[in-house]
Amino acid sequence: MNQKKDDVILDVKDLKMYFPVTRGLLRRKVADVKAVDGVTFQLKRDETLGLVGESGCGKTTIGRCVLGLYKPTAGQIYFDGEDIATFPEKKMREVRSRMALIFQDPYSSLDPRQSAGSIVGEPLTIHHMAGSKAEYNERVEQLFRVVGLDPSMSDRFPHEFSGGQRQRIGVARALACEPPLIVCDEPISALDVSIQAQIINLLEELQEGSKELSYLFIAHDLSVVRHISDRVAVMYLGRIVEITRSRELYENPLHPYTKALLSAVPIADPFVEETRERIVLEGEVPSPLNPPAGCTFHPRCYMAVPECSQAIPPLREIGEGHYVACIRV
Amino acid sequence: MPSTPGSEAYYNVRKDKKMTELLKVNNLVTQFKTESGLVKAVDGVTYHIDQQEIVGLVGESGCGKSVSQLSVMQLIRAPGEIAAGEVIFEGDNLLKYHANGPEMRAVRGAKIAMIFQEPMTSLNPVLTIGQQMTEMLDLHLKMNREAARDRAVELLGMVGIPGAENRIDDYPHHFSGGMRQRVMIAMGLSCNPRMLIADEPTTALDVTTQAQLLELMKDMVEKFRTSLVIVTHNLGVVARYAQRIYVMYAGRIVETSTTKEIFANPCHPYTIGLLKSIPRLDEEEGRKLIPIDGLPPNLINMPPTCAFLPRCSFRVDRCTKEPWPPLAEVSPGHYVSCYANTKEK
Amino acid sequence: MNLENATAIEGFEETAPRVSEWRRFWRVFLQRRIVIFGLVVLTLLVITAIFAEGLAPYNPYKGKMIDSLQQPSSTYLLGTDIQGRDTLSRLIFGARTALLVGFVTTIIAAVFGTILGMIAGFFSGILGMIIMRIMDALMGFPMLLLALILSAVLGGGIQNVIIALGVAMVPGYARVMNGLTLSLKENDYVLAERSMGANNWRTMLRHIFPNSLAPILVLITTQLGMVILAEASLSFLGIGIKPPGAAWGAMVNAGYKYLSTNPVLSFAPGLAIMLVVFAFQLVGDGLRDALDPRLRGLL
Repeated sequence: MNQKKDDVILDVKDLKMYFPVTRGLLRRKVADVKAVDGVTFQLKRDETLGLVGESGCGKTTIGRCVLGLYKPTAGQIYFDGEDIATFPEKKMREVRSRMALIFQDPYSSLDPRQSAGSIVGEPLTIHHMAGSKAEYNERVEQLFRVVGLDPSMSDRFPHEFSGGQRQRIGVARALACEPPLIVCDEPISALDVSIQAQIINLLEELQEGSKELSYLFIAHDLSVVRHISDRVAVMYLGRIVEITRSRELYENPLHPYTKALLSAVPIADPFVEETRERIVLEGEVPSPLNPPAGCTFHPRCYMAVPECSQAIPPLREIGEGHYVACIRV
Repeated sequence: MPSTPGSEAYYNVRKDKKMTELLKVNNLVTQFKTESGLVKAVDGVTYHIDQQEIVGLVGESGCGKSVSQLSVMQLIRAPGEIAAGEVIFEGDNLLKYHANGPEMRAVRGAKIAMIFQEPMTSLNPVLTIGQQMTEMLDLHLKMNREAARDRAVELLGMVGIPGAENRIDDYPHHFSGGMRQRVMIAMGLSCNPRMLIADEPTTALDVTTQAQLLELMKDMVEKFRTSLVIVTHNLGVVARYAQRIYVMYAGRIVETSTTKEIFANPCHPYTIGLLKSIPRLDEEEGRKLIPIDGLPPNLINMPPTCAFLPRCSFRVDRCTKEPWPPLAEVSPGHYVSCYANTKEK
Repeated sequence: MNLENATAIEGFEETAPRVSEWRRFWRVFLQRRIVIFGLVVLTLLVITAIFAEGLAPYNPYKGKMIDSLQQPSSTYLLGTDIQGRDTLSRLIFGARTALLVGFVTTIIAAVFGTILGMIAGFFSGILGMIIMRIMDALMGFPMLLLALILSAVLGGGIQNVIIALGVAMVPGYARVMNGLTLSLKENDYVLAERSMGANNWRTMLRHIFPNSLAPILVLITTQLGMVILAEASLSFLGIGIKPPGAAWGAMVNAGYKYLSTNPVLSFAPGLAIMLVVFAFQLVGDGLRDALDPRLRGLL
């Protein structure tokens, strides 16, 4: 059993995930989709790290790699001290009792033929964590209560619940084995606005009430990420461009992409909106099949200089705990 | 002498018209007959749009905002039907015309245009962009092929599609999501409509693309002197762009006023609840979200009382006894549908 | 335990009242009268097959030579064949044969086909490709021809007919199951299973299979009719069940020679085949309409 590495539950080092593009009957590789291209970060215990970015930035892929659902092309993923990046599937299954995933779509993430109670208790069955039938039932009931669902509904089927309730079932399932790490992949974007707050609060309360629980919170909605995360990492085309404490990111963004991203998010306050600076980017996110040379953001960057296209800027510490990947900062 | 839309002469002519009401919807009721009962998707909605203004229609899924706009365009199909009300556009009640008749077809696209959330399904995948745009121009403005093509290229350039002369012969799948939405905007404005309805136009797009597109829409409607109705669930979007706002819940308008007034002085419990429950980019550290209790309403066979009642923390005795409160003016231009005095709490 | 400290959220959310899925299913299923007709026919078939001994007036296998080739009369309701065997009794026992062959064959084919198709779809890759190419090759043979060849190799008799037909029908199930598995695999809940640490067998058995039951059931129902027809064809061709065994196809074959004098000999079993196959098709269609798409409970 490896020693716990101080207070870090997840330590990702230079993670790369390339998906080959094949052509022809024999499936020859012609190119790589560089979904994740050298990502390094740490997630401390009991912390929430937000991973934000737009489509194609690789944040969902990172979440899947952390759970071992994809085999990384390169890099290390230290979970609780062990490098799981090279684990074979069978070994990974044992680790999976200590991590869980909450999905975006509350409709397709639950088996329509399984009762809610069975869905929630399944991890217990898989990992043989409930002794007797009575213990199992008690645990399932407790999980229902903790997420705010009536335990008497455990024999109902997913289609009998609302979207928000289904998401609660998903949360309860994730909690079943009391994992120290839960990856939340856009957990509220498919829900109505008035329900989103309920789930956000639920996730926060669960973290406060648990002995040890960290979230890797993947989302594109910056306002939500700001609210729930302790630290935030901003991603662009497979790389982290900025990472720092949540408040610091919003009050003092340094990377030009971060600044543009923040200014693009409308705030529900017309008085604030009037006075805000607006940075509107040109063009669109390039394809990960053919990323620009050097800093992937430079073609759209309003601060770019010729040197930007020559080398990939490393993540440098600019302020305390504030890392930015930009040579112009 | 007739002037072509978009030309300077055209603008000069229209500059002189003073601000008048472009669209007035009175007590619109649109319902759907389902197996389980009657769903009143739009339950007595009254609103107006003036010339050259940007109005936001805000609400969550199921509140009736999309259905109300489809009703204005008479695009409602069975099992839905427009059961009552008037849609007075430029002085003429559109509802008296048959949905598929020549009058409505002359209105759609030419006078009122609509763009939707999913550009992939709004564009015909087997026709080029050029073909689809020139079809519209020919249909409504009777332009010959060459003139229509020139106009189409010009419009594509205006919405920021680089190399428009070449791209006009591309098919929809050659464009990215953001580009396709730009094409939709170009098509929507091609016949210089008086009003453009944008139904969740950017929800399916990335944040930065969203910002680009909304800015573009704002610039375009200013240039074309068109009114814009933004239908969305995103309060930030309407805070940034809309001049007036209608808040909808369960098929009715529950609050309306100018944007600034609504955000400074929200009066309806739903509006208040929404504002308290959404995270803000500029919020203080450690702010607690206060969610709205309960579930979104079930629109089947709704009781006559206020639909928000089960979730309302401001309720008074009157709310349980009387039917849904009519819109009442609480301050000049600010109307709320509520019996409770939320300012007291 | 961790969660002892977690605050339990007060105030449970209410769920919509339970809409009875069964009632809904039956209502849609029995909507069309012709489906009810099909159900009635099949019920009669099953009753006839089960209570053949009680219903048949005579011994279907032995007859009196003296009563050979009788026309329908009050003694022999549908007449007799060349050996003096009562046509009606043979018809009744033929129902049992038909049903027996139909069911056993279909179950064998369904079991093997479903398992193969699910494995091929779930694991895809090389394994999946190999399995499905074999299935495609099998399907390339006209089913009857394949059954013919197998029967000829194995010899006649009811057992070998079942094997031959069973093998011939496997690819149909495999194809359907393969397609279903491939599409179901894409659902988030399958990914959820993996992320929970479930192994492949668990996922396949508990999640993919139950969700494919509906289409498979519909396929079984329609295929049952086909099997009965195929068996009849084989018997008609002289392979498979031969007299004195009571099988409808064989009866049609035997009565062929006497079409001008005793048409009932061929027509009666022919009509029975037609009716039963038709009934299976109708019921299969009704089942499909009722099961797919399923109306999810309204909130």
